[in-house]
Amino acid sequence: MPLDTSFTGQKFKVVGTRPLRPDGVDKVTGRAKFGADYSAPGQLVGRILRSPHAHARIKKIDTSKAEKLAGVKAIVTAADLPDLTNGDKGMFDILENCMARTTAFYDGHAVAAVAAIDARTAREALKLIKVDYEILPHVTDVDEAVKPSAPVLHKNMFTEGMEPKPKKASNIAKRTEFGHGDVGAGFKEADVVVSRSFKTEQTHQGYIEPHACVASVGPDGQGELWVCTQGHFVYRNTCAQLLGMEVSKLRVTSSEIGGGFGGKTHVWAEPVALALSRKANRPVKLVMTRDEVFRASGPTSATSIDVKIGARKDGTIVAAEATLRYSGGPYYGMWAELGAMTAFACYDLKNVKTVGYEVLVNRPKTAAYRAPSAPMAAFAVESAIDELAHKIGMDAVDFRIRNAAKQGTKSSYGPVYGPIGIGPTLEAAKHHPHMKAPLKKNQGRGMACGFWFNFGGQTCTDLNIGVDGTVNLAVGTVDVGGSRASLGLVAAEELGIPYESVRVVVADTSSLGHNDMTDGSRGTFSSSMATVFSARNAIKILRERAAKMWEIPVDDVVWEDGHAKAKGEGRGNLAPLSLKEIAAAAGTTGGPIAGHNEIVADGAGVSFATHICDVEVDPETGATKVMRYTVIQDAGKAVHPTYVEGQYQGGAAQGIGWALNEEYIYGKDGRLQNAGFLDYRIPVCSDLPFIDTQILEIPNPNHPYGVRGVGETSIVPPLAAIANAVSNAVGVRMIHVPMSPPRILKAIQGDKIGR
Amino acid sequence: MSVKISTTVNGDKVDFVCDADETLLDVLRNRLGLTGAKEGCGTGDCGACSVTVDGRLVCSCLVLGAEVEGRKVGTIEGMANGDKLHPLQKKFIEHAALQCGICTPGFLIAAGDLLKRNPNPTEEEIRFGLAGNLCRCTGYDKIVRAVQAAAKEMRGV
Repeated sequence: MPLDTSFTGQKFKVVGTRPLRPDGVDKVTGRAKFGADYSAPGQLVGRILRSPHAHARIKKIDTSKAEKLAGVKAIVTAADLPDLTNGDKGMFDILENCMARTTAFYDGHAVAAVAAIDARTAREALKLIKVDYEILPHVTDVDEAVKPSAPVLHKNMFTEGMEPKPKKASNIAKRTEFGHGDVGAGFKEADVVVSRSFKTEQTHQGYIEPHACVASVGPDGQGELWVCTQGHFVYRNTCAQLLGMEVSKLRVTSSEIGGGFGGKTHVWAEPVALALSRKANRPVKLVMTRDEVFRASGPTSATSIDVKIGARKDGTIVAAEATLRYSGGPYYGMWAELGAMTAFACYDLKNVKTVGYEVLVNRPKTAAYRAPSAPMAAFAVESAIDELAHKIGMDAVDFRIRNAAKQGTKSSYGPVYGPIGIGPTLEAAKHHPHMKAPLKKNQGRGMACGFWFNFGGQTCTDLNIGVDGTVNLAVGTVDVGGSRASLGLVAAEELGIPYESVRVVVADTSSLGHNDMTDGSRGTFSSSMATVFSARNAIKILRERAAKMWEIPVDDVVWEDGHAKAKGEGRGNLAPLSLKEIAAAAGTTGGPIAGHNEIVADGAGVSFATHICDVEVDPETGATKVMRYTVIQDAGKAVHPTYVEGQYQGGAAQGIGWALNEEYIYGKDGRLQNAGFLDYRIPVCSDLPFIDTQILEIPNPNHPYGVRGVGETSIVPPLAAIANAVSNAVGVRMIHVPMSPPRILKAIQGDKIGR
Repeated sequence: MSVKISTTVNGDKVDFVCDADETLLDVLRNRLGLTGAKEGCGTGDCGACSVTVDGRLVCSCLVLGAEVEGRKVGTIEGMANGDKLHPLQKKFIEHAALQCGICTPGFLIAAGDLLKRNPNPTEEEIRFGLAGNLCRCTGYDKIVRAVQAAAKEMRGV
């Protein structure tokens, strides 16, 4: 019988409180072990040689001199990673991205790797590897790449999703389309139409911990991988397939993870480290430098988006369309598709159409970055919505409230919404004191909305009760921001015991069943669902044991407040049995007590947010300072509100960096010019104000506690909210992100100065 | 070329041998087993490797191991007093001033240095005092609040 995951509206005792996180002491004392903090006996140092060219055919790789260098134990090229992907195109792309085969597709693409006794020897060995390149023409800009004159990356790339199928190869991997109604007819009803083109530059997730792993594979075909990852089970499956190993023979342990934001959902160097270890028959530690993280691990897409929205004078949107071009690096990804799905998801539209184009360029393979693809689409759409409101003469919030999606709305990407939070976040914004605060000279206020789907997926947890009645919860989603605290609260809630009696660990791949990637804001949503059912399974056994101890039918035993209680007439003399007492007797009542749950956690509730932001723009330098920022978002149910606030604040801060500073800058030679934190400037403490948060709780009907994912939506509105604020401050519509000082100056002063 | 160095780390006398061009960060992490200092960039831009040398805040990725001969090095591993956490460590946990925690050791060392020089900093002084440390998770909100709370506790008010 499928489990009933419906929201029950139960009253909570510990869920919603704010206890200390279980990994706190380890993390403030330097004891917590991250990717690079683990060492294996006899380990070698691995390093990767990378292409300095944006696009080049690899004619020959000569490793002979490097092999002779004392201390070099293994050298790996594509020849050591044969294609075992059996026609699985996505898997082949991963393989080729880990190690270039015939062609290097971007500056930073791996071409060879070395394992040596120390870092110095490994570095020297890399210099001795001679790669003979034939330099090919390259293209790094998303708009340039779709021109007929652009160099084509893959001769066999014929755009998917086109009728008829194109006969000429191009850099457009796929076309997707979403929407309903008739936009042509809709625009005819419009009194006012806004039509604009927008650009956003490529940004990196910017996690402070570079990718790091320790790989160990023996001639017996067994292996170990210690790695910072958002999904050790998926890493295991991918690495095992690429290396030709049996899945169960590779044990992957996820270290503490020093930030991921989507960037650690993809394997990068791990298969290479495993190949080096297999060849050397010794453990290999491979840690990326920051330069490698920028050049060779996934940034998000650069985009070019055309938006057209029409409305009647009364403020009703009658038609909306968008064409979205997203860069994917040299390989196909569903980036424009996600942009096309999310672009108009906040609104109740009769006529809507979005078209996405996946564009291939000579840049690193695009990776997920927090609500991947949604922030750019929201930047374009929410900017146009703001402009439309101004033109009609309506308040920007009221205009959005009038057109907001609600329960029963057919979304722009297909499904019909259940209870959702877009309307409530807008109403909260309308009444927020921030909206009424006075502004000074050169200051502007902007607001914007954002949407993210949220994911569920395969999930599995084990709940084991110790002999003293304390509890271990083993989960398979990675803790990227406090989820062990949240899941501990859920286990404590179900069992009726103190939070402090539960210890939550992230189990390795040999100790727990498969869990999907910790992405799509699914960690707390799906693992809490599995935890609820694990606990209920354990409670069933606890009741059975109590029944046995009392010698009464199990149906006469209920579980309340952490105790088994006997019900019915004549049972008043049976004092409740605590979890501790039942656990102590377990050895004589049937053995260890545990609860398990394996589930596909369907029904992740969609998430909406509204952000408000005040900026001050220096008209002489074009520099922008964020003066005040407010995040309002629906959490469904905030299990640990402090860490929910943290997600809201962190996403807003990343969005602020994206909006104002961060961008990949490529030279004419196709090389990345700012592969470091000095020149790729993420926000520092002095760049930001306190970020106010307001948590709304519109229960997700598909989760017993009403939980929705909270991690990603907070990065969706900032680009647009800040663009609207800057536009209001300077009186010119901003259409290019990041709004760096030169771009703002150019917008203010026309083309007189700036670039 | 190797060099032999005698120094003090967190109050303990320590001898080590390292390459002449080896960073203090690599010495701490790879030779002394003190992995609390992290390498986020290796170029002095992120502050995750912050330690003190003779009481002065430095990025240990920009200091050579050979430079600490006869000096006193302070790392995150020496911040607590036995089983008693430093007020900053306590307040970082209480205020949820960390999410992933990779930047936390660097922030704590830098904040400790800041409060030593300025026991009663304004919000702006905290923000500029910690501008050399990057955090990508928190937006700094709860970090600033934790430092404010720790400063208050350390001043005894």
